[in-house]
Amino acid sequence: MITPFQVAYKNLLRKKVRTLLTLVGITLSTWVLVSLFGFNRGYEKALNRDIENMGYQLMVMAKGCPYEAATMMLQGGTGLRYMDQSMVNDIIKEAEVDKITPILMQAFFDPNKGESGGIAGYFGVDPATYPAMKPFFRFRSGGWFHDNSAPEVVMGYEAAELEQREVGDMTLVPEKNVQLKVVGILERTGTQDDGTIFVPLKTLQRIAGIDKITTIGIKVKKDADITKLENKLYQLKDVQVVSFSQVKQTIMKLISTARVMVLSIAIVAILIAMAGVVNTVLMSVLERLQEIGILKTMGAMPGDIFRLVWTETLILCSIGGIAGIGFAFLFARATDLLMRRILPYAPSGGLVAIDGKLALLTLGSIITTGLLSGLYPAWKAGRVRPLESIRRDG
Amino acid sequence: MTIESNVLLEARGLTRVYHRGSEKIQAVDGVSLTIRRGEFVSFMGPSGSGKTTLVNLLGCLDNPSAGELDIAGRNIFGGGKILGERDLTRVRRELFGYIFQNFYLIPTLTVRENVALPLAFYRKPGVETEVERLLAMLGMEHRMEHLPEQISGGEMQRVAIARALVNRPEILLADEPTGNLDSKRSGEIGEILKDLNRNAGLTIVMVSHNPELARLGGRLVEMRDGQAYET
Ligand SMILES: Nc1ncnc2c1ncn2[C@@H]1O[C@H](COP(=O)(O)OP(=O)(O)O)[C@@H](O)[C@H]1O
Ligand SMILES: [Mg+2]
Repeated sequence: MITPFQVAYKNLLRKKVRTLLTLVGITLSTWVLVSLFGFNRGYEKALNRDIENMGYQLMVMAKGCPYEAATMMLQGGTGLRYMDQSMVNDIIKEAEVDKITPILMQAFFDPNKGESGGIAGYFGVDPATYPAMKPFFRFRSGGWFHDNSAPEVVMGYEAAELEQREVGDMTLVPEKNVQLKVVGILERTGTQDDGTIFVPLKTLQRIAGIDKITTIGIKVKKDADITKLENKLYQLKDVQVVSFSQVKQTIMKLISTARVMVLSIAIVAILIAMAGVVNTVLMSVLERLQEIGILKTMGAMPGDIFRLVWTETLILCSIGGIAGIGFAFLFARATDLLMRRILPYAPSGGLVAIDGKLALLTLGSIITTGLLSGLYPAWKAGRVRPLESIRRDG
Repeated sequence: MTIESNVLLEARGLTRVYHRGSEKIQAVDGVSLTIRRGEFVSFMGPSGSGKTTLVNLLGCLDNPSAGELDIAGRNIFGGGKILGERDLTRVRRELFGYIFQNFYLIPTLTVRENVALPLAFYRKPGVETEVERLLAMLGMEHRMEHLPEQISGGEMQRVAIARALVNRPEILLADEPTGNLDSKRSGEIGEILKDLNRNAGLTIVMVSHNPELARLGGRLVEMRDGQAYET
């Protein structure tokens, strides 16, 4: 026995190219839509995780542009100004401060890195206070330095990979020609820390010939008023305060502008795809007026014809929607890379987070929109009078 | 059984007026006739004489401008009431099967699927086996899985006949069923219709240009200028 559903899908096979083009339209717009929604959620999640993994909520550094500074910090930046280490002792007195750690960032030019040399970033950290900021660090092998002036390094996962170092090996600080011993290699964290080389603060100060620091990381007490502490820190001379919640807000604001643009593109794409659906289904109705008339002489009610044509829309939108979601899943990595190239700042980890719920939600909205666009052709087909259509070809 | 109860279809003063601009065309002009169960009635007449318009009224494909029509003891048209699409469809699928000059098979469906198609919308009890039975009866059992484009015109009309009969209609309405066929195929279709009338007792109302075919039925009605004359 034949069902109306079979009649509908066999009809779509009649004009294969037209059907295919319509499907491509729906697929592409679904793909864009899912990826966009996925990005919307993924980006914020990734950003939160990045900030969480900083270990501290506030950063104090010598004056400069705060956004630039924050970006540099997140990316393992270079070229910052210096401040006195005694600042640490002033800040620690504040009631809101839970933990505090001084950091010296240094960058040396390594002629052997990459094609034409590159910058190697070093973090001078205090083994007494820094590890407490990053309790989630796991060592693949080895452990932290023995003391604050030991000639040792701890390497991030990727830094060790890149230089092919194991615990016990020596590594050379470029530009300065100082040999240091690798005592620990971290597990992958999925953050900027993976590419960082950690050196005891005093050791790095000695190598660089500087007795200052670039940054102070501050962990605020639970339930303490961050804003109040921020305001107090602003009173300190020649420093700027970077609050990661502010950084996050700024970045999210930048992103949302980009997002509105992409969303409008997606909506236009969907409108075009839906116009394609209306066109395809309407054409196929107009081409089949006689067939539809004959179906009516066979006993098909206007509602039967309506459903038959509507089913065609449903088939198109379901297949196109599912394919689009499939592509979105399949090419999530590629979308990720693309977004990274477009965006001003991209946190590490997956930017595009698509899950079953989001996929179903998008599929639901595509099918709903599709069914709405199918209303008119289906209604038109339902109204075909058997006689007129049969008479039409005499 | 009385003669009275054998009346299947009764038309009284059926009239259909078409309006073409300000001009009124009296395509069917007060036709009254009675068709009994098991009759094979042929309508002949020149082109434009109103044959198609009349059988479309008898077959409930169209509303008359005036006049009355009873089918199987039920009043269908009369008293100025106009039936909507849904009501007409209900009458049609209960009582009629139709074939036309063009076969109107669905090109994407196989022969078997085409014949089964009406059952997707409406199915009288016990007709599930009709598809195979009818196709076998019409000598089409070896063509069941073919597409319409793979069979000849005569075969297409057989498929159309099977499709028209799959829901066991009371009346088969055939408007120039051989108009697109050569004389050999035409004769074959004529024989099939005659068999269906004789052996299955199917009531047939047919329009034909072809005098030989028109004479197959027991009863011939001449149409001229929208009026019907028994001969
Ligand atoms: N839909 C229509 N609108 C206007 N005039 C029509 C329509 N259908 C048929 N006619 C006219 O009605 C008359 C009868 O037509 P028809 O019943 O098709 O004749 P036949 O089938 O005998 O050739 C013709 O003059 C034809 O032009
Ligand atoms: Mg005609």
